[in-house]
Amino acid sequence: MTTSKLPKDPYSIVITGVGGQGNVMASRVLANMLVKKGYYVTIGETFGASQRGGSVMSHIRVSNLSAWSPQIPAGKAHLVVALEPIEAIRVLARYGNPDIKVLSNLRPIYPAGVIAGEASYPNEQEIRTILEKHTSKYWLIKATEEAVKLGNPILANVMMVGATCAIGDLPFDRNDFIDAMSQVLSGDKMETNIKAFELGFSLLMK
Amino acid sequence: MSHLLDPKAGATYLLMGNEAIVRGALEAGVNVASGYPGTPSSEIIENLSRIAKERNIYVEWSVNEKVALEVAAAASFAGLRSLCAMKQNGVNVASDFLLHLVYSGTRGGIVLVSCDDPGALSSVNEGESRYFARQLEMPLLEPGNFQEAKDMTKWAFELSEQLKQIVMLRSVTRMSHASGNVSYGALPETKRKAEFKFKGFILDPEEGIITSAPVEWRHKEQQDKIRKAKEIFEESPFNTYEGPDKPELLIITSSACYLYSKEAVEVLNVQDRVGILKLGTTWPLPPKLVTHYLARTEQVMIVEEVIPFMEENVKVLAAEKAGEIGAKKFFGKNEGVLPSVGEMNPDFVISAISSILGIDYSPVSKEYDQSAKLSAFVHAPARDQVFCPGCPHRASFFAIRRAIELDGRNGFVCGDIGCYTMAVRPTGFETLKTVHSMGSGMGLASGFGKLGLFGMDQPTFAVCGDSTFYHAVIPALINAVHNKSNVTLVILDNGGTAMTGFQPHPGQDFNVMGESMPAIDMARICEAIGARVEKRNPLDLEDTLHTLLEMMEDKNGVKVLILSQYCALSPQRRGKKDYELSVDETVCLGEECGCGRFCTRIFRCPGLVWNKEKAKAEIDQVICVGCGVCADICPRGAIKRKEVA
Repeated sequence: MTTSKLPKDPYSIVITGVGGQGNVMASRVLANMLVKKGYYVTIGETFGASQRGGSVMSHIRVSNLSAWSPQIPAGKAHLVVALEPIEAIRVLARYGNPDIKVLSNLRPIYPAGVIAGEASYPNEQEIRTILEKHTSKYWLIKATEEAVKLGNPILANVMMVGATCAIGDLPFDRNDFIDAMSQVLSGDKMETNIKAFELGFSLLMK
Repeated sequence: MSHLLDPKAGATYLLMGNEAIVRGALEAGVNVASGYPGTPSSEIIENLSRIAKERNIYVEWSVNEKVALEVAAAASFAGLRSLCAMKQNGVNVASDFLLHLVYSGTRGGIVLVSCDDPGALSSVNEGESRYFARQLEMPLLEPGNFQEAKDMTKWAFELSEQLKQIVMLRSVTRMSHASGNVSYGALPETKRKAEFKFKGFILDPEEGIITSAPVEWRHKEQQDKIRKAKEIFEESPFNTYEGPDKPELLIITSSACYLYSKEAVEVLNVQDRVGILKLGTTWPLPPKLVTHYLARTEQVMIVEEVIPFMEENVKVLAAEKAGEIGAKKFFGKNEGVLPSVGEMNPDFVISAISSILGIDYSPVSKEYDQSAKLSAFVHAPARDQVFCPGCPHRASFFAIRRAIELDGRNGFVCGDIGCYTMAVRPTGFETLKTVHSMGSGMGLASGFGKLGLFGMDQPTFAVCGDSTFYHAVIPALINAVHNKSNVTLVILDNGGTAMTGFQPHPGQDFNVMGESMPAIDMARICEAIGARVEKRNPLDLEDTLHTLLEMMEDKNGVKVLILSQYCALSPQRRGKKDYELSVDETVCLGEECGCGRFCTRIFRCPGLVWNKEKAKAEIDQVICVGCGVCADICPRGAIKRKEVA
């Protein structure tokens, strides 16, 4: 079993985004790396109807001690990884606390109500102000733009995993990522995913 | 090799609850598995189908849940081990056979897995399947974590063989779709041979005939099995207690609610005041065990989803034993400390414990909480569920809605179960006016279509998906034709059971194992029943609209319009654009047009966005899948489509 310490036990992460952004895959990759290191990991997620353009959330609980609830109690998350910025804001309303950290992609996906002109979407400055006020630390990165350059916008999810690694709260590195991914991918796809991971890591280091 | 087939006992993997159930079935040497797709149960049969050949298992998606259970029961009757998986309302469909099966008893181990959906996260109900266990007098098991989901499934087969009775294993969305560490047991060699024995003495459970009669005899046998189950459950390792010897408050809980209860006790730091009795065997309750813990406390709270099933059962037991253990104060759903609708979570349990023990708890300051909630309220507008970009349902409902408007007689559509259920929402132009169970849209339409006798002249439609058609629509269609009901059925045929992940259905020429199978042609079935049948491509809006209008004029009984087009997420269409879409800014008049931003306000495909600065529509090229339908809805013709070579 592992000996490395977690900043908190259980350490609770919310990975959030919009259906179709690869939320589920990101949470599974992250969790698989940590299970291999000997931690108890619980992922709570729902899929089905929520995939169709709705908000999606995965709750990940990491512990040296036992399995924890697939739903994080209110105010008890330590890290939010958001594939879409207003989803980070939505998560803070329930799971936020002054010590929380937020890592978010900047690329908006407009809710149907915004497209229809019934609701408004915050600009980047408004998003920054909210995150500044409700987190201990936050990072906004242009993951989708970089992923499009790599050839596929979906790779933003892997980029966010790379950036999560750079935050340093969780005990995994590039090799763990390669190890976990090599069970499901091979060849070209593997190369692209490693690139995305590295790019995500470096975006945070800038 | 699938990680589910790792032969190494003691290997640990991160498994989804549904995968853990699969591994448990493999460790029990399951031979036959059947089901009908439904969230959150679908991954059980899907995962089994992927490894069926390696393990010599017969796996099928059956036409509906009743037939699925009959298929699984046949295996049990022939001495094999079988598993049948479905979502909560599937048990309703299967329940008529189930009522008789619990009388007749079973032979090889048979496990009915029901995955309930508290909170209706992917359902149009939050129905309880647990009550069937009590009503039909069969054993019920509920895993309280991922390891148990595996271990309990394996044990359920042994229990079923010991009792000669079907065993129900009930999971919930937060168990089936959540994931956690699971340590493996060994995989056995499976060597069972199927044989149905019926030449013995008529009442012989192993070699007689298998029926529910003579009813009183069988019913008594069935109740003897329940009594035996109680004794077995008294010793079950799946019932655990953690906490002080004499807790101020005893929580009795099961399933995912156990994890919420454990979390709540931890958060409030009341491990020395509150005890948790976690039950894995929830019907029949083990009376001695439960009484033992009830005797040690004055206050009891039952934490469960959704309605107070265990609460009622514990209270009956407490009343029976009141002479020995004294009267208890109960908390739960009936007295109101916990909600009896929606799904449970740690916060409900935290607040219930706090109020009972008089603890003042708030996770963050009031200022932070209010400020964060206000930010989300103002800046994070809700995401209404929408049809995907390029979804054929958007086009189908656009045409149906338009036809009803042009007809002008206040026509309406009875809905059914699938992604297209979302057409009650703006994404489907609020076209559906009723939604109930599988097949009910056509049944209701059949009824509405006879109300002309009472002066009703509103044109009536029903819609259903292709998989739903085979599941439960055919009898309703027969009813409508036979009774000369004047209605139109629109079958939204998107080439598979799309909502739950493209499981094949009887209309397709392959099965879940990828083997070639005879397709049952839905158009020919409808024709044979006696309906007039037309087929169209819904992405061709004009053609579809004309056909619908013409069918509304046709007063000769039942019309069926099959709108065939693959789901936008299907392997057939995914990643393939038929058209490149663009907005010609010289033609789009924006706010000046008078269309009121028809494309983004009404049609609302996520691939269309309104550029505020330019005050014109534009295409989000990352999201657009190139179906080309929006080019037909712009009144100015500003949206251009270019065929992709």
